[in-house]
Amino acid sequence: MDLQHYLALFLKSVFIENMALSFFLGMCTFLAISKNIKTSIGLGIAVVIVQAITVPANCILYRYLLRDGAMSWLGESYAGFDLSFLGFISYIGVIAAIVQILEMTLDRFFPPLYNALGIFLPLITVNCAIMAGSLFMVERDYNVPESVVYGIGSGLGWALAIVALAGIREKLKYADIPPPLRGLGITFMTVGLMAMAFMLFGGIKL
Amino acid sequence: MSAPKTKQLLLDPVFKNNPIGLQVLGICSALAVTTQMNTALVMSIAVILVTACSSAAVSLIRHRIPGSIRIIVQMVVIASLVIVVDQILKAFFFDVAKRLSVFVGLIITNCIVMGRAEGFAMKNDPKASFIDGIGNGLGYSFVLIAVAFVRELTGSGKLFGITVLQLDRENGWYNPNGLMLLAPSAFFLIGALIWIIRTFRPEQIEEA
Repeated sequence: MDLQHYLALFLKSVFIENMALSFFLGMCTFLAISKNIKTSIGLGIAVVIVQAITVPANCILYRYLLRDGAMSWLGESYAGFDLSFLGFISYIGVIAAIVQILEMTLDRFFPPLYNALGIFLPLITVNCAIMAGSLFMVERDYNVPESVVYGIGSGLGWALAIVALAGIREKLKYADIPPPLRGLGITFMTVGLMAMAFMLFGGIKL
Repeated sequence: MSAPKTKQLLLDPVFKNNPIGLQVLGICSALAVTTQMNTALVMSIAVILVTACSSAAVSLIRHRIPGSIRIIVQMVVIASLVIVVDQILKAFFFDVAKRLSVFVGLIITNCIVMGRAEGFAMKNDPKASFIDGIGNGLGYSFVLIAVAFVRELTGSGKLFGITVLQLDRENGWYNPNGLMLLAPSAFFLIGALIWIIRTFRPEQIEEA
């Protein structure tokens, strides 16, 4: 029963509620860094890692510090606080800090991985998909294990979408496109068609 | 500052150097809120306000920000402004705020706001930055409202929730196009909009 619930949540966050193709999140990097498959795989992995860490971290922060009455574990006198209006600024702070820490840790202990992901990590702070993951987690009221599953799932979904788009764009180089549509215009159209294909998953009931 | 420069700062980003059409910034939130004119309009006003105020604020303290932590300082300024906007929306326009859901919060990571703070406000005086912020906000709104106009009109036959085209299921003549209310149509419309802009401004064509 329990396992089924998590599996359903995972599949839902990867396919049905795909961050990039049904919520249009992380579009700026999605369109800018999808010119070839190799770099998009690197960025995809970085997003999965950061998403899997930041969503649970923000979930803990929200449940034990910010939510209405969340600080009651500190004692009776703290039970009345509602700090949820500080949400945005704390989530972005957590995200920026974790990205920075991750960058330093990778640099110190896993230099090859750092060299591969290095340039993408700072970009991730301003990736809306990461911030949106935390905001959706709050809005849908996920608990801590759910947030871990959701973080990994939504990150993977985004990575899948960017690698797929990069594959298509590599082939598009050989197509004869009307000049004003070249580059950005045709990329939008391609993403639109991909989003239509992903809408088919919407019919799946989990 | 002379008058033509102000005008240039204000109008350039709308057509000539549109943040969405040319710089590929801030598309994330542009697409999800455009099924109705109402939400698009509220979102536009919110973005204009945040961009203008954050640019002015960053520009005011630009000589005091150490280079290495400037991104975090800008983030904090922007996030504080977005919290203010969010609280105002929740207090006075609750139903619109519910429909915008997480997208108000996502103004923080909207690259237009960050991009203007980093690219323009760090080098210019507060007044110019404020106007530049309004201009870029307007450029963003232009695309947002154009897309929302087409989507709401063809998708549900309404503008601002008022019926313009009588629907056939209500004894009218217009058969609504359901696709326009779904996600992919926004991509097609923005793609088409870029196509139109670049047909008239060939210098923007990319060599792909």
